Amino acid sequence: MERESNITRKADEFLQIFRKGEEFTHELLKENEKLRFRVAQLEETIAQAGDEARVKLYDERIKLLDDELNSLKERYQRVEEENKDFANKYIEVEEENNNLANLYVASYQLHSTLDFNEVLKIVLEIVINLIGAEKFAVLLLEDKTNELVPVGAEGISLADIPKVRFGEGIIGNAAKEGESYFSGDVHSKGSIADNKPIVCIPLKIKEHVIGVIAIYSLLIQKEKFSNIDYELFNLLAGHAATAIFSSRLYTQSERKLTTIQSFMDLLKEKQRR
Amino acid sequence: MPNILIVEDSPTMRQLISFAMRRIQGSKVIEATDGVDALKKLSSEKVDLILADINMPVMDGLKLVSLVRGNPIYKDIPIIIITTEGAEEDKKKALAIGANAYLPKPIQTQELIKLVNSILGG
Repeated sequence: MERESNITRKADEFLQIFRKGEEFTHELLKENEKLRFRVAQLEETIAQAGDEARVKLYDERIKLLDDELNSLKERYQRVEEENKDFANKYIEVEEENNNLANLYVASYQLHSTLDFNEVLKIVLEIVINLIGAEKFAVLLLEDKTNELVPVGAEGISLADIPKVRFGEGIIGNAAKEGESYFSGDVHSKGSIADNKPIVCIPLKIKEHVIGVIAIYSLLIQKEKFSNIDYELFNLLAGHAATAIFSSRLYTQSERKLTTIQSFMDLLKEKQRR
Repeated sequence: MPNILIVEDSPTMRQLISFAMRRIQGSKVIEATDGVDALKKLSSEKVDLILADINMPVMDGLKLVSLVRGNPIYKDIPIIIITTEGAEEDKKKALAIGANAYLPKPIQTQELIKLVNSILGG
């Protein structure tokens, strides 16, 4: 009996333990479920947080790229402006280069000979070809008569150009004052007979005027005077004057030398006889 | 490497045009003082372009253009007329007898170089 009651008590104890175990297992399973759910939730949160961080990163990168693009655009504009400046400067330098070439050639040719007629021809060539004058004359001052006498002309006969008294009219006055004369309208026709040119350039060695270039009309295609024309006028005023003066002196001295040489030869011949 | 023949009686203009043409890369400049001299140079040198004045002694530029165009060997050489004759009828006349271009003096060097480059470039 006692043994039976012992067995029953032990079975009850075992059943109780088993039930507790069962309850514990249920609780564990529930807890496990809860934890799984939590893990899933956390995983989702982490995933969402990662997307946001990436979006934020992309935003920042886009902003950086935008800034870079704007900076590049600004730099491009600056470079383009610089390019335009360089292009303009290149054109200016080219123009200056060409003008210098014109002046160099004119100067080189003027001093390339000591023959008066050749120098005069070169002066005429420069005025026709480089300035674009149609009708013009070169007049030189005769010290004895104090008159400007025509020595070379283009587009007009030398005989049709009257002599001009120093200080009289546009030509005489330009020679007296040593100042260039430019008529307001370069396309008007000057009067040769009345000594009214449209341009008159005194030929000067320092302040000493030796003659003038009087232009009466320009070539049909010559629209206006440009900077290089004024430079050429300045060059002609000085260099043509020097070239004309020195060639004249050289020709005169050559002539005198020939005369003296002939005279000496005659004397020697006479002495020998 | 183009050979450019400059036909001009004025030494000043010859030197000026020569200066300009030497700025064209690889160019060789040949100079002649009139039409007859130009024909002599044509017979002795290979020429790719002729730049000729109109008013010249011995043989003028227009006569030279006619002779070049009438010659089977030289007929295809391009010719640019550079002259003081600026009237439209002078230009028409020069182009009618075979000149490729007509440039009145005083010339703008840049304009001449541009024209030569465009003709030589095709």
